[in-house]
Amino acid sequence: MSQTANDSRPTLGERVRRWMAEDENLLDSEILSSVAEPTPRELRQMSPELFAAQEAAREERRQALIEEEGEFYARMHEWSQTRGMRVVNAVYRVLAVLVLVAVVFFLMNTVVALPPFGAADNPYNNEVSKRYIEQGIAETGAINFVCGMILDYRAFDTFGESTVLFVAACSVLLLLKLGEHKLGEKPSAAMLEAEWDDRHHEPKNDAVLQLAARVLTPIILLFGLYIILNGHLGPGGGFSGGAVMGAGLILYLNAFGFQKTERFFTYKTFRWVTFLALMTYAGLKSYSFFTGANHLESGIPLGTPGAILSSGFILPLNICVGFIVMCTMYAFYTLFRKGGM
Amino acid sequence: MNSLFTVIVLGFLLICAIATCLSRNLLVSVVIFMAYSVLMSIVWMLLQSPDLAITEAAVGAGVTSILFFITLKKLHAIQPQKEEEKHEPDRK
Repeated sequence: MSQTANDSRPTLGERVRRWMAEDENLLDSEILSSVAEPTPRELRQMSPELFAAQEAAREERRQALIEEEGEFYARMHEWSQTRGMRVVNAVYRVLAVLVLVAVVFFLMNTVVALPPFGAADNPYNNEVSKRYIEQGIAETGAINFVCGMILDYRAFDTFGESTVLFVAACSVLLLLKLGEHKLGEKPSAAMLEAEWDDRHHEPKNDAVLQLAARVLTPIILLFGLYIILNGHLGPGGGFSGGAVMGAGLILYLNAFGFQKTERFFTYKTFRWVTFLALMTYAGLKSYSFFTGANHLESGIPLGTPGAILSSGFILPLNICVGFIVMCTMYAFYTLFRKGGM
Repeated sequence: MNSLFTVIVLGFLLICAIATCLSRNLLVSVVIFMAYSVLMSIVWMLLQSPDLAITEAAVGAGVTSILFFITLKKLHAIQPQKEEEKHEPDRK
């Protein structure tokens, strides 16, 4: 855009700025300033012919300006849609790559500064882990001292984690639950929509899935139970076992639908199981509230390490955590799927 | 032998991580993320922490992916299967 002879016209930047702000009066003000208005005295002295000529010139100038402005607007609009878009995209991509490279650089610097993996003089090889390894079995009775750590030395923390899971399930319940459906009552529109949405893409009574579920579900549930009950003897524990059992339940639900699962797992079951598990946990470990989470002899015999009934409270605590996790996983799934249980 | 296996697993882990980000289809992304979790549980196993390996396999590859699938379904990001196969014989 070249500057025109008229000095009173706004510059290109000014025009673009106004165009962005969609100033409607741009044209009118320009015409007013570009065509010299005759003063009242001149108007009186003017002959009709002269006046008509001036009017015609003014009209001509007006049309030319309108045309020019329209062209300018169209060109700017087109630029922003094609070239401008491309420029913004290119700048965005370059900036994104630069920022990512910077983040990777800093993260890699941190990784390089870390002590070598598994070295003997690493900071984490301090008296705490030494104590756990040397005295863990004698003090907790659990052969798997990861479990002994999280359910005995740090059982109070694990209680907090279970509560976090419970609170998460409650929040999802608040957000996604559609209200209870009573027998003999008409389901609400939202529930019908959720039901339709749930079954829309879902294969009903898929034979392959049902056969697989019939074979796999008992195995998965048994394996989850084994992980929970064996937590103090081998790898595993309440959390992983509960997640496995929850996954098994979800598989069963997917294959056979809500009618089958509602025979043994409803909203009421979820409430009671979670409540009882959390209360049992709190009851078994409530002395931590009074001793400031310090370890204290519970008075329960630890038994011989390696036996299934050993290591004091760890086995019941594992079962509690397992049930909480299983119910939470299953509740998440059903709530996400149709907003109810 | 063991270190070669570690390198292979770590390489696949990297490939999965990058492919998860780059995949345009969200469904494919979630499936690759599942594969990532399985590989990660093998890595935990190689680092001698079987507890974490079990948890990663159950939560990362199992439950999280299922929740992702459900969310995608809710958002209608999973398209119903296209009818192209059905229509193709007609065109020929």
